[in-house]
Amino acid sequence: MDSRIALVLKLVALAGLLAFPAFGSPFYVEMLAKILVLAIFAMSLDLLVGFTGLVSLGHAAFFGVAAYAVALLTPKYDPASLWLALPLSVLGAAAAAFVIGLFVLRTKGIYFIMVTLAFAQMAYYVFHDTALGGGSDGIYLNFKPDASIAGWAPFSLDEPMHLYYFIVFAMVAVFVFLTLVLRSPFGKVLVGIRSNEHRMQSLGYATFRYKLAAFTLAGALAGVAGFLYAVLFGFVTPEYLSWHQSGNVLMMVILGGMGNLAGAVIGAFAFVGLQEFFAGMTKHWQLLMGGVIVLAVLFLPGGIAALPRRLAAAREARRAALPPDAPPPAARKAAAPATPPAPPMIGKMKQGVNHV
Amino acid sequence: MMQDQQRRNVMRVAVGLALAALAPIGAVQAAEKVKVGLMLPYTGTYASLGNAITNGFKQYVAEQGGTLAGREVEYFVVDDESDPAKATENANKLTKRDQVDVLVGTVHSGVALAMAKVARDTKTLMIIPNAGADELTGPLCSPNVFRSSFSNWQPGYAMGKVAAERGHKTAVTLTWKYAAGDEATSGFAKGFESGGGKVVKQLTLPFPNVEFQALLTEIASLKPDAVYVFFAGGGAVKFVKDYEAAGLKNSIPLYSSGFLTDGTLEAMGTSGEGLVTALHYADGLDNAKDKAFRSGYVTAYKAQPDVYAVQGYDAAQLLKAGLDAVKGSDKLDKDAMIKAMGAATIDSPRGSFTLSPAHNPVQDIYLRKVEGKENKVIGIAAKKLADPARGCKMM
Amino acid sequence: MDLVTFLIQILNALQYGLLLFLVASGLTLVFGIMGIINLAHGSFYMVGAYMAFVLTGMTGNLMLTIALGIPLAFAFGALLEWLLFAHLYKRDHLEQVLLTYGLILIFEELRSLAVGDDVHGVAVPALFSASIPLSDTLSYPVYRIVISVVCLLLAGGLWWLMKRTRLGMMIRAGSHDRDMVQSLGIDINLLYRTVFALGVALAALAGMLAAPISSVYPGMGGSVLIISFVIVVIGGIGSVWGALVAALLIGFADTFGKVLLPEFAGLAVYLVMAAVLLWRPEGIFKKG
Repeated sequence: MDSRIALVLKLVALAGLLAFPAFGSPFYVEMLAKILVLAIFAMSLDLLVGFTGLVSLGHAAFFGVAAYAVALLTPKYDPASLWLALPLSVLGAAAAAFVIGLFVLRTKGIYFIMVTLAFAQMAYYVFHDTALGGGSDGIYLNFKPDASIAGWAPFSLDEPMHLYYFIVFAMVAVFVFLTLVLRSPFGKVLVGIRSNEHRMQSLGYATFRYKLAAFTLAGALAGVAGFLYAVLFGFVTPEYLSWHQSGNVLMMVILGGMGNLAGAVIGAFAFVGLQEFFAGMTKHWQLLMGGVIVLAVLFLPGGIAALPRRLAAAREARRAALPPDAPPPAARKAAAPATPPAPPMIGKMKQGVNHV
Repeated sequence: MMQDQQRRNVMRVAVGLALAALAPIGAVQAAEKVKVGLMLPYTGTYASLGNAITNGFKQYVAEQGGTLAGREVEYFVVDDESDPAKATENANKLTKRDQVDVLVGTVHSGVALAMAKVARDTKTLMIIPNAGADELTGPLCSPNVFRSSFSNWQPGYAMGKVAAERGHKTAVTLTWKYAAGDEATSGFAKGFESGGGKVVKQLTLPFPNVEFQALLTEIASLKPDAVYVFFAGGGAVKFVKDYEAAGLKNSIPLYSSGFLTDGTLEAMGTSGEGLVTALHYADGLDNAKDKAFRSGYVTAYKAQPDVYAVQGYDAAQLLKAGLDAVKGSDKLDKDAMIKAMGAATIDSPRGSFTLSPAHNPVQDIYLRKVEGKENKVIGIAAKKLADPARGCKMM
Repeated sequence: MDLVTFLIQILNALQYGLLLFLVASGLTLVFGIMGIINLAHGSFYMVGAYMAFVLTGMTGNLMLTIALGIPLAFAFGALLEWLLFAHLYKRDHLEQVLLTYGLILIFEELRSLAVGDDVHGVAVPALFSASIPLSDTLSYPVYRIVISVVCLLLAGGLWWLMKRTRLGMMIRAGSHDRDMVQSLGIDINLLYRTVFALGVALAALAGMLAAPISSVYPGMGGSVLIISFVIVVIGGIGSVWGALVAALLIGFADTFGKVLLPEFAGLAVYLVMAAVLLWRPEGIFKKG
């Protein structure tokens, strides 16, 4: 029943996305395209954070590597072939993730967070300091990749509408792909690692390999997002790899509710929406943004995606409370344990403490 | 100060509204609008620069009675946060959503590069009121992109020329490892070596690292005749203090592009005293325009103007030159505006300047010396200096 | 590189390393003992530096400022712990990351509102403003040497606090088993509040001490944050000695990286980190 409602909601959302260009101006279509690209990025990180329990603060590195790959693969006066540039960029991001994964996955907990951050910073300096990618000011992507196959062009990314639908397709494809991955035995192992890695090990799983595979896959999908971002905006800068980007995408994941692919998408929408809303209000909008982040962490565990369930639980609890004038805080407290994302978090907290 | 400024802005808006209400209906209809998109940093490291540019721009518009060439100015403002990752989208906001007639921005070169691409793709006029990246009026030059400030090469080259004229034979350059630093130091090397000097070593450190001690030691052991650096903001203050504390200030003369000592003198204390730099603006310029500009700025904003305010002011002048060419017409004919702007002579507080075919100012670069809390002009380092604009097809 | 220059570079490396230790020590305490990942550590450094600027403006004396600033920062840390961080102990690291990320934005904007966006300087105390000549062209500022001495004293003091005092014993016990310590009748909440406030005070002290040489400017916290992370990771979370050794290692990597391999100077510290992690994934001085 519940899952059927969820499916209907998803289909309605998809229909909305497909129909949007009929109503929105070109600027908003492009903005929506950007949000969808960020949604892919957020989903790729959610595979690590929400499902495997690996909190990476360096995910922007793979996003940026793919963005640079397409910029560098594009010849100076011609477009590159989409069917070559896309796989190669994604492969580049995957390769970077594999190599970095070999290092960072040797660590756990707080170490993992900081080490991913440091490696991403290293990648940042590679593009910022060396002539490899055009240096600190960034590099243009003057031609969007060419989609033609042997002279036949099914679509053209130079057309904003084609590009938009290409991005919608990519977002849906990544969503479906990750859903299938998570349903597969491989995905079950990842979730098992999140809740208790030692148990998975004693069950005979080589958890390191699984984590490395997840890390590489997440890097590759972040690469898809980075590729699309570069194509969408035609400009690539070292800032794509900065730790602020990594922080932003992490924010999207938790805002939406981690361990929930739809939540990652919602998170991307919410994050960009809040930014736009606050920046329109005041010069000191970052103060408001910071305030919302702090309040969200304190009062909204489980993110936006868990909100309906939390509200329902709260209503339930209020109804169940016998004295009619029961104070709301008590009701809230009673409802809190009912939120599903909470138990694994506490489990992980304990695990973290053991490591320090 | 902030509150004061806001109150004054509110006042100005209120007065403007009252005037608009009183004005005869016919006059209001006749006043065409020009939509100006200000894309500048209002938060983060460069926020004070963004504010100064905005103030300068608005000051000129206010001097013109709130209009430019008879057109009412409608502002659209975006905080670019000096974040290149958001730059394209922010520029799109102004060009595609708000459909501004002219894009004014910005400070950070990476952001300006992204903006220039948007300006080119959407054929929007763009005026750069600071970002000095050589590329913008070099390989990436475009008919609709103008600059009211400088190219990184210009002050660097002028300083190199003067260093050679002062009889220095060897020099070491030092900067952060980023595009602006590379461009400024290569400009210096060009000027210095064409005057017979030799740059013996080009030192760099990663941006925004401010631990200079190792490199100061290196300089001390190389014992060059002169040192040229390119730093700005907090890094500039730290470098100048460290240079003095290392005892180098008295033995090896330090030269720099003027950003080293602009907006940083108060923070440097006495360490900055006597430093010689080159820039397209200075304190103590003896011209009427500058005096009027300064007193106007102080009255309006209760703060001393700086080079950034001048660049913002001149961006507005440049725009007016373009608008003058299409006076009275309903639509803004871009080609006519571009032509007029390219040919304009701007009566700037820095002294009048023209634009090169690549649309970068051809301007005097002043030699300045720090005295008290001022960058006093002590001469002209290079007269009517034009950026070589290598790679620009419009040259 | 001649011998004198080489020796001076070693001095530079040591001195920079000690300064880095000062910045990172508070971070490693909060990480190791409380299990809290704190991205806002750089902001506390910034708060310290701005405090130095504002308070020396009033008192005209850096020493007095530091004497005033440390208790202020300590109180500020205790307040933050009570208000925000106390709710995070039972939470995921992820949420700690986000909360402290939000704090960075808040502190940066509050700084902009309160002090503006200009660059400011703080004068070196007159007592230490001299320089000692080392070679015919180079002198060494006394103030830097003073900072180094303070850092060494602090390292010793922290070690003494942790290993030799009752408070240190309680803190160490608390980091191993929160519940057990509580059942012994020790107020664990107060203990954690103290440790966190100590961490904030250390970061602020680093900011105050560094202010005269580094100047005070927007975004200054971000630059020390990541390097502090690297040091804590290399040294082993929670280990004061580890942080000291790692800070010196980074001091050397940075100093000689700039001189010998300027092309890769930005990468040098991270390469050192990668090498250490290959060798010991939990840092050089992994805590038991």
